[in-house]
Amino acid sequence: MFLDIKIQAEDFSLDQQIEKLKSQCTDTGAINAFVGLVREKGINGESLRFLEIEHYPGMSEKQIAIHVAEAEKRWPLLAVSITHRIGQIKVGEQIVSVVVASEHRREAFEACEFIMDYLKTNAPFWKKQVSDENEIWIETGDENFARLKKWN
Amino acid sequence: MISLKLKYFARYREALGLSEENLEVEQTCLVTDVIKLLADRNGKWKEIFSQNGKLLVAVNHELVSIQYSLQDGDELAFYPPVSGG
Repeated sequence: MFLDIKIQAEDFSLDQQIEKLKSQCTDTGAINAFVGLVREKGINGESLRFLEIEHYPGMSEKQIAIHVAEAEKRWPLLAVSITHRIGQIKVGEQIVSVVVASEHRREAFEACEFIMDYLKTNAPFWKKQVSDENEIWIETGDENFARLKKWN
Repeated sequence: MISLKLKYFARYREALGLSEENLEVEQTCLVTDVIKLLADRNGKWKEIFSQNGKLLVAVNHELVSIQYSLQDGDELAFYPPVSGG
């Protein structure tokens, strides 16, 4: 299986990621792509100026790869591309993408969701929301941990 | 004695004003012993390292329990609950 993990400050092109996955394997019949964006509304309803994202270099790449390997045990995947941005990201900009290629759509949908649920709850990334009023470090909500039960 | 590299992330890094340091500890040392040493520094250190539950610890890029036994050269990371994606 082809795997591409990128953690970077700069923005990314989803079109390029999809093209790259398409070029990996001619058996690909489905590609599912998820993109997470910065919302304007903060956790207390304030208007965000930007998000500041920090990660643990070394651990984040390694742990994402371990989790993708877990996804690969559950579904027959052909290619996976994951990009997570760090640093300052403005409202409306892209934060993360998970793109999964497989022969059929069901495994591409499910593996994409499985990988995103992991990124939300376990990967060592932290978001700080910065508005005119305050700066708040965000913690993943309980609803995201509840979603993990689906995969047990 | 053994030598450890400690790393702090996100709101802990910000509150402590420190992202990493080296620490010498006794040969037989568990993660929980390091946490006690750090809590004894008082101020923000006590606040962060005396809490139960929310503090996460990774050794050499793997999450561990506080009973994990440390070895010379280990890298310990202390961090709050994550919020990626």
